Amino acid sequence: MKGRAGPHPLDVPLPHDLRAAAGRASRDVALQQFVGGATLHKDRGRRETCRRAFGERYDALRRHAGAIKQHTLDHLDAYLERFIARARESGAIVHAAATAAQANEVCLAVARRHGCRLCVKSKSMVTEETGLLAALETAGVETVETDLGEFILQLDGDAPSHIVTPMIHKDRAAVGRAFARELGVAYTDDPRRLTMIAREHLREKYRRADLGVSGGNFLVADTGSVVLCTNEGNGRFCTGVPRVHVAMVGIEKLVPSMEHLTVFLKLLARSGTAQPLTVYTQVITGPRRPDEDDGPDEVHIILVDNGRTGLLRAESRELLRCIRCGACLNACPVYRTIGGHAYGSVYSGPIGAVITPALRGLRDFAALPHASSLCGACFEACPVHIDIPRHLTRLRAQIVEQRIAGWRERAGMRLWGLALRTAWTYRLAAWAQRLVLRRLARRVGRRSRDSARADAAHRPGAWIHAGPGPLRAWTQERDFPAPAARSFRQWWARERGHARAPRRDIPGQRGTPA
Amino acid sequence: MDVALFVSCLADQFYPRSAVAAVRVLEHLGCRVHFPAGQTGCGQPMFNNGFRRDARALAERMIRVFAPFERVVTPSGSCAAMIREHYAHLFDGDEQRAAHARALASRTREFCEFLVHDLRVDLRALGASWGLPDGRPRRVTWHFSCHLRGLGMTDEPARLLGQIAGVEPVPLERAEVCCGFGGTFATKQPEISGHMARDKAACLRATGAGVCVSGEPGCTMNLAGTCRRAGDGIEFLSPAEAIAASLGLMGDAPAERAAGAREGA
Repeated sequence: MKGRAGPHPLDVPLPHDLRAAAGRASRDVALQQFVGGATLHKDRGRRETCRRAFGERYDALRRHAGAIKQHTLDHLDAYLERFIARARESGAIVHAAATAAQANEVCLAVARRHGCRLCVKSKSMVTEETGLLAALETAGVETVETDLGEFILQLDGDAPSHIVTPMIHKDRAAVGRAFARELGVAYTDDPRRLTMIAREHLREKYRRADLGVSGGNFLVADTGSVVLCTNEGNGRFCTGVPRVHVAMVGIEKLVPSMEHLTVFLKLLARSGTAQPLTVYTQVITGPRRPDEDDGPDEVHIILVDNGRTGLLRAESRELLRCIRCGACLNACPVYRTIGGHAYGSVYSGPIGAVITPALRGLRDFAALPHASSLCGACFEACPVHIDIPRHLTRLRAQIVEQRIAGWRERAGMRLWGLALRTAWTYRLAAWAQRLVLRRLARRVGRRSRDSARADAAHRPGAWIHAGPGPLRAWTQERDFPAPAARSFRQWWARERGHARAPRRDIPGQRGTPA
Repeated sequence: MDVALFVSCLADQFYPRSAVAAVRVLEHLGCRVHFPAGQTGCGQPMFNNGFRRDARALAERMIRVFAPFERVVTPSGSCAAMIREHYAHLFDGDEQRAAHARALASRTREFCEFLVHDLRVDLRALGASWGLPDGRPRRVTWHFSCHLRGLGMTDEPARLLGQIAGVEPVPLERAEVCCGFGGTFATKQPEISGHMARDKAACLRATGAGVCVSGEPGCTMNLAGTCRRAGDGIEFLSPAEAIAASLGLMGDAPAERAAGAREGA
């Protein structure tokens, strides 16, 4: 299956220019509509579902889930050993891959050994990360994405823009066009009929496939099981029908036991899609037993590191708790505005803004930690209680320490910081700022036609419409207020500082010059 | 009760009226208000941009300046959040300084938080009233600033507004969504920030309220500038200004005239 020619949406020049990508995305009205509408809907759904299910205990449950994951990560070596031993006992073949290339190579070697020609694949973020699909196709193994969203993206040569809802940036007309073009069917944008077309197309692939590839939502150390949470049932076909099943899973997906798994099953679907559970929850423990009718002859589990152990350092370990539910993407007003592709990486949204620089280099993705207003909506939504804003500011500090920040920013911020160091430099800087900005506002203010009307309604009285230098970025989008004629501390000094008769006027109220 | 006012650099320079209002309300409620003249800024821009060393220096200054005071009250929510959430972490590994930071954090309150939780104010009992001059209720909406999450606050400003006679609180659609200010985020990612601000402005417009109460000078700067660019006449006031007005503490207030004129139009 060949996709549309053209550059891959995530094949971005490095260092990644987020502002340019964000500028394009924020002008894309269709994108706003699809992504904005869907994420708001899902975020609201999450809050309502979780409140109904957990009530006052929601926060405690998030902390509990975070603590379980944190414990597992703190003892990752022990749990990995246990998992590998149990998985081998169950008959699975376990591989470890340090890099993306190694992970793909293990999968290709399996495919070669079994002479596989057709692969059916269920949705998996780690395979997006390693680029497995391209690797299989290059090696001559026809590979079909079977998750409906991923299937559509594959037809269109597009990339997922959301961890859970990969084609959140597309509408059904785009799907209809892709189907008509690539599958030779008559155009329709009826979701039901599109689904039936895809289903018919995929059934044939499942029947003929000799390799099934999946990811894994969880790995259970006690039992050596891979747990898959899906909604469309495609995961079961991928892992049950072909004679070989390869599960590629990041090492951070471990949980200690089935009891612990239940905590995450309570939270995963509610956080991601506002469902109590995903429609299918599969626990795969080894290949088909001699007394069983179906299932693969061989199960391979590829445990992928690909930079994760680099995150195991104390200050960033918390990030590996992530269960890829997508709740932080849905909650994030920045993601909602620019969509996933603008992040220039497989992992987008708030969690992408913190793990992409860690996995792929801070220098190339230094803009990502600044792609946040630090509003905290992501932290509030995270089912495993990852304090994402804290990690954003931590990475920003690294950007400064490693001198990735430009000299202008460093100089400006140092100067600002120095001005605040003593009361007299503060007063001096404030005096200069007031002088410059009020003069600027008077000059531009005269040009404003509606200033008389608007000034009555907005204090302080004068505004800057088109600021120079550092103000330009602000006034490109909105007006900037001039400082008040007199500061609060001047008011205080006159009113309270000396034994003078109290003055009645209040600074900022009349807009009269000092 | 003795209270030290931390005015915040933004309110000091751009919204002094909100700080004056805070002083008048606090004094009206029986507090002795002090203004330590050595105060400057809390270091939030430095911290948020990764300039930890500069932020640390300013945090030490704040700790020193406010050491003599049992309560520190600020009309700026994000500065309160900076002190409460981040100061102690700035001194990780330096237990003595971290302890001082925690002590300041435990004594610092956002203005509305202080009124609701420390003073347990009931504005109804104080006869607060802020109807329009013609007797109709004043439609007031309220911006949920994101720092409230960090402070563990929920609806304290709204609760106070609800206690004022003559005020009709108008709920804001998508109230929990950030307005796009985020400090230097507004100039580092102006396209995203501007988009978020216009989205919030549209929600404000849809309320039909004449006044929006906003407890964070940064949000106010962003939203007022966005509304002005769009030609919207909604008035932005701090909770302190609204409460001061309702208690008759602000004297001549063009705010009331403007809001009244808009609603009367």
